[in-house]
Amino acid sequence: MDAAQPILFWLIAAVTGLSAIGAVVAQNIVRSATWLLFTLAGSAGVFFLLGADLVGAVQILVYVGGTLVLVIFGVMLTAQGPFINIKATSAEWAISAIVGLLLLSVLVVCVGWLQFAGPPQFRPETAGQQIRPVETVTEFAPKKDELDKNVQTSHYSQTIGQGFLGVGVGPAHREGAGVVRINYLLPFELVSVHLLVVLIGAAYLGRAKRRRKEIVP
Amino acid sequence: MNPIGLDQYLCLGALLFVCGVICMATKRNAIGVLIGVELVLNGGNINLVAFSYFNPAFQIEGMIFALFVIVLAAGEAAVALAIVLNFYNNHMTVDVDSAEELKG
Repeated sequence: MDAAQPILFWLIAAVTGLSAIGAVVAQNIVRSATWLLFTLAGSAGVFFLLGADLVGAVQILVYVGGTLVLVIFGVMLTAQGPFINIKATSAEWAISAIVGLLLLSVLVVCVGWLQFAGPPQFRPETAGQQIRPVETVTEFAPKKDELDKNVQTSHYSQTIGQGFLGVGVGPAHREGAGVVRINYLLPFELVSVHLLVVLIGAAYLGRAKRRRKEIVP
Repeated sequence: MNPIGLDQYLCLGALLFVCGVICMATKRNAIGVLIGVELVLNGGNINLVAFSYFNPAFQIEGMIFALFVIVLAAGEAAVALAIVLNFYNNHMTVDVDSAEELKG
């Protein structure tokens, strides 16, 4: 695993990054959607490489199976005549490329400069101040070695599902005498209501209507 | 080969993010803009999952928020495509430059 991980990472990262660049550069909207398919599949591979098997599976199911089919249906329903490749002017392309490269260089320089390593330590100058309302208990966080040794694929899935059902699985806080762990029941309910609203809204907006006769340029 | 650290994953996420921003800025097709939004959300997701792998304190949190991002992106794509189809039915075009007056 340790020997194969860099090779796999560079392979998957090359596929993902080149497909993303292809999705930007492609002028035809159908080709752009096809490049997006490879980008989404590649990032699902990155998630599998990072041990997040549930997130990778959901990425393939929801993104590649659902969202991309929606996008391709949108392309097919609207791709008529000249709209299949409308191009921006080359001046707009040049400005966008310059701004994008500047943004990318800023991000990469910051990533190389910040040196993230291990869990965050409290800085000595802020040691006396009480920044968070409750103290974070780090000894209850799962150790990385134990998680690496546990190769059961159902491990994360079970924990995440318990967290959605209201069992405390998140970071631990000391409150009063006991230790309280965060659960994710409220965000789960919020997302459920949000999906219901989105479903009703999309069905209302996308309903079949009589098409107007005149063409507005 | 050097072992892969957090930096490489963050650079991959940054590349996807910048590709999405350029895609949003340059595409004139409304569905092309939607493809750019999907790329940006994927870059953010890679960052979340990478932090959850390399920082044991965020192990469950990173994955859970990545799942939320995926679900919200699916909802956003559904609504945006419904709006694009409605706009196409009314104006017979998907060019975002001609969407200056959105009277429906």
